[in-house]
Amino acid sequence: MNAALNAWPFVIAAYAVAVTATAGLLGISLAALRRAEGRADALDRQGKN
Amino acid sequence: MHRFANPARFVRLARPLTAWFGWIGVGLVAVALAGGLVLTPPDYLQGDTVRIIYIHIPSAWLGMAGWGGIAAASFAQLVWRHPLAHVAARASAVPGAVYTAICLITGSIWGRPTWGTWWEWDGRLTSMLILFFLYLAYIALAQAAGREEGGQKIAAIFGLVGAINLPIIHFSVLWWRTLHQGESIGLTGSTIDERILWPIPISVVGFTLIFLSVVLMRMRALLAEAKVEARLRRMASA
Repeated sequence: MNAALNAWPFVIAAYAVAVTATAGLLGISLAALRRAEGRADALDRQGKN
Repeated sequence: MHRFANPARFVRLARPLTAWFGWIGVGLVAVALAGGLVLTPPDYLQGDTVRIIYIHIPSAWLGMAGWGGIAAASFAQLVWRHPLAHVAARASAVPGAVYTAICLITGSIWGRPTWGTWWEWDGRLTSMLILFFLYLAYIALAQAAGREEGGQKIAAIFGLVGAINLPIIHFSVLWWRTLHQGESIGLTGSTIDERILWPIPISVVGFTLIFLSVVLMRMRALLAEAKVEARLRRMASA
């Protein structure tokens, strides 16, 4: 460990990358799921009418 | 396994599991990261940079496990022609690539204050970077294959062949003299002090549950898209 370097900016940057990427992955996947299932449900309803 | 070959039955089971895995995973990760940032002591050599392991280890595990999942699903697709196997493999690719990227980026951020460099072409780092490129190639192949059986078969063969990289990643620290340290956590024990070790299993389980939740979401989305496509085709031909 380089004593001249403050470790915390590195720790915060690493956590920010992991948390942002995980939240983004969850958000994008959930949005894609809602969109796809919404389209399928709309077609189902259209088929029944 | 073939009990869940019926997409409707699979979706009925996957719907509650998606939410359960997601919420429990987020809760466990919050506990592990809070513990890793606040409750654990700094390492006597690495200082506070050791806290990066609570995200680096789970992301490395998920990068490799994601490809393990692709390989297993590809095997099921080629051998048993399981109808959901290609969907499962395709759904695992993007989250696997994301966690491999997180592993590479957080490793690089850890390397700067610890090794004095952002990157080193050593066995572990290079084989992990190759895994990331394999994910990108698999995503492109699976996307291009769409619903065409021949293309899906090529993607499955690629998924199986790419698994050769997994033991290379695992044993790279033993086979070559590398800057990356050897195995700190094995099946029989760990060389990490208990006070620093405890958030790691919580973090690994938490991130794994989030990964599974994302895979289930993506599988359900792919199945819903296939259903819409089939319905539109039927309507067009009627």
